[in-house]
Amino acid sequence: MADDVTMRVWRGDADGGDFAEFTLPAQEGEVVLDVIHRIQATEAGDLACRWNCKAGKCGSCSAEINGRPRLMCMTRMDQLPEGPVTVAPMRTFPIIRDLVTDVSFNFEVAKSVPAFAPPPRPEEGYRMAQIDIERGQEFRKCIECFMCQDVCHVIRDHEDNKPQYAGPRFFIRYAELEMHPLDTNDRRELLRQQGGLGMCNITKCCTEVCPEHIKITDNAIIPMKERVVDATYDPVAWLGRKILRRKKATPQQAVTHGA
Amino acid sequence: MTEYETHDYDVIVIGAGGAGLRAAIEAKDRGLRTALICKSLLGKAHTVMAEGGVAAAMGNVYAEDSWQVHFRDTMRGGKMLNNWRMAQLHAMESPDRVQELEAWGALFDRTTDGRILQRDFGGHRYARLAHVGDRTGLELIRTLQQRAVAMDIDVFMECKILRLLSDADGVVSGAVGYWRATGEMVVFSARSTVIATGGAGKSWKYTSNSWECTGDGHAMSLWAGADLIDMECVQFHPTGMVWPLSVRGILVTEGVRGDGGVLRNSEGKRFMFEYVADMFRAETAESEEEADRWYEDHSAGRRPPELLPRDEVARAINTEVKSGRGTPHGGVFLDIASRRSAEVIRRRLPSMYHQFMELAGVDITHEPMEVGPTCHYIMGGVRVDAETAAATVPGLFVAGEAAGGMHGSNRLGGNSLSDLLVFGRRAGIGASDFATGRSGQVVPNQAEIDRTVDEALAPFTRDEGENPYQVHHDLQDTMQTLVGIIRTQSELDEALEKLDELTSRASRVAVGGGRSYNPGWNLATDLPAMLTVSRCVTLGARDRRESRGGHTREDFPNADPEFGKVNLVQRQPSGGGMDEEIKIGPEPIPEMPDELKALFEETH
Repeated sequence: MADDVTMRVWRGDADGGDFAEFTLPAQEGEVVLDVIHRIQATEAGDLACRWNCKAGKCGSCSAEINGRPRLMCMTRMDQLPEGPVTVAPMRTFPIIRDLVTDVSFNFEVAKSVPAFAPPPRPEEGYRMAQIDIERGQEFRKCIECFMCQDVCHVIRDHEDNKPQYAGPRFFIRYAELEMHPLDTNDRRELLRQQGGLGMCNITKCCTEVCPEHIKITDNAIIPMKERVVDATYDPVAWLGRKILRRKKATPQQAVTHGA
Repeated sequence: MTEYETHDYDVIVIGAGGAGLRAAIEAKDRGLRTALICKSLLGKAHTVMAEGGVAAAMGNVYAEDSWQVHFRDTMRGGKMLNNWRMAQLHAMESPDRVQELEAWGALFDRTTDGRILQRDFGGHRYARLAHVGDRTGLELIRTLQQRAVAMDIDVFMECKILRLLSDADGVVSGAVGYWRATGEMVVFSARSTVIATGGAGKSWKYTSNSWECTGDGHAMSLWAGADLIDMECVQFHPTGMVWPLSVRGILVTEGVRGDGGVLRNSEGKRFMFEYVADMFRAETAESEEEADRWYEDHSAGRRPPELLPRDEVARAINTEVKSGRGTPHGGVFLDIASRRSAEVIRRRLPSMYHQFMELAGVDITHEPMEVGPTCHYIMGGVRVDAETAAATVPGLFVAGEAAGGMHGSNRLGGNSLSDLLVFGRRAGIGASDFATGRSGQVVPNQAEIDRTVDEALAPFTRDEGENPYQVHHDLQDTMQTLVGIIRTQSELDEALEKLDELTSRASRVAVGGGRSYNPGWNLATDLPAMLTVSRCVTLGARDRRESRGGHTREDFPNADPEFGKVNLVQRQPSGGGMDEEIKIGPEPIPEMPDELKALFEETH
């Protein structure tokens, strides 16, 4: 292992900035976030970065490491190529300072997704089969690191698309609700118009960067595109789905599936 | 004078983990003007780290489970130091709280007949933890977050609260803090204030806690004149990662053991059979064969000793390592690879699989993990009324890890998430009722605001001084080495001297840069709470001259029945803030009614 590591860390604010270089002794087993913390503790006490759990569970420390969106806490230094390591903030969101960006866009989109709407709870609780909730569980692994939003070219270089585009993180939220065995809302038209699902041209960048390995494109976006198309243009499929959905929600069905 | 923005609410909730979110949802649902304030972004609070599950006696896997059994397990796990009424309410209400989450969109793992699946955990007689693989905390916080968003609750993110504010009559009336993004000050006036700030583990070096867990709520409540109880009771979770050093302390879920994982020392021996305390002997397996039968069918054998309460397992690991039977990196082996198929491990423990693969290069489906104790949870906290979560100063309500009493001297795994839900809701009700009944204009004390703002900004005015990171580092060293898992009189006395020194150094910290998102300054403003809580833990540890649950004294290795009857209460009688001396003394714990006492006689 090399004796020193060199980090090129973007420093600045909304008015601009540049990369600053820091050279530190290497330490065994460290992740990028460890090195950022050591820079804070020694050379640059005010170096801004967001982090919480340092275990890949909270999705706070997203950054672009050597040009690729990654969690700083899950990127081991010894697995990066030799040479200086570049750490920059996510580009799709406005800079607050250094590595910290203003991700409020995502919290605004979250407000626009109609909530889960189940039927009233039966006395003995809801019944759902494991097989019927597994897809939803995959989407609920999302830790809201917003790297899929960061890498999505629809908004990465097109600020003007943001008002009519929900982005991959919320496509899986729509998909989760749409595929929930108990949900009674129909959000497909909303997803087409307000969510801008049609603007996604399935380049799968979101899937590639997802730290939870959620198959965003294959399991959420493409099925949702199909459902939106069905709902909008195909009356026969629309009718068929109505019948299927009704069946799926009954407890008897859940029991059969689970047995 | 520094300018600041102001906001007025009926109820403010400080902290947006499970307890804070649940309290805010309840207050908003009752029609009160409610604000939720959090130090990080919404959904990032430490609740997200909870892995194994939420304990609730729903009886979905073992129909013979009931709130009485859950209550009994909780009290025994806490070595009977718990507030019995909190433990009772918790056991009775947690099934409803879990069901409610499902109505709000949570997707728990299912039984074959479509109900919520429950898993085994340490100290719980029956499989009782509702869960989602090993990411239950994420499911809980996301569900509550989405509920709060749907209810349109006002959320103030990345806002650090420095101090509670009182009015002229001493009623808590809001709080003062700053926006982390800008460093600008902000004052909230409120008819009721809920503290749900979580834990304090960041004062120790090896901890599962995130940077946020600096004991803000414990300290602010004390400074405002509220009582703290049993602060010496700190849980060291038996299984944290020990290698690489940079990730030392990160949690390895108890679910590994619940799902069949066993602990072995460097000689390959399942050593936990040697460490079964008398209190648990009757219900613990005597041989590996018996323990293994239990995993398949709980009536075919008794519980494996790996599933004893956390304090017992942590002490045993500590002893094995100290006796020279540890692993190369100073832990013990946690082995599930030889006991369950790779497919089962990946399905049941997906985030553990990734955590070890990505951080340590260890494939847990093929190799054992190296684990050791890590500072995880503080059982001590603000003394509250069980029914309303009211603290001992009017206008203040406390829920979750910041509150004391519920878990006694040791918390069972899975009882934290249920605690958040049950007492988060109760704090929301208590705060709403108080706010509704409070008349007149709420006027926070101006002098308190001015003093807090001046103190917070002081590090910018010093040209040179202590580095806040260095002070924090030295505090962690002090608490880790002198007030860790095993304590002794001379080390506690030494710790108190060091804390005096560190407090003096903290008053001289200097920071560079501006106020906008400045982590050095943010840390400087976290130090006062960390130092106060560290002092409380040390004072409690010095005065509780016995060993009980999460408090172990080398010089008093046994439980003392007299100490079993008291809480150690700490307070600053005049609410004088950091500079006032902390008074500590024993006060009797509330006595359990006879019908509950009988539950402990019926069994075994």
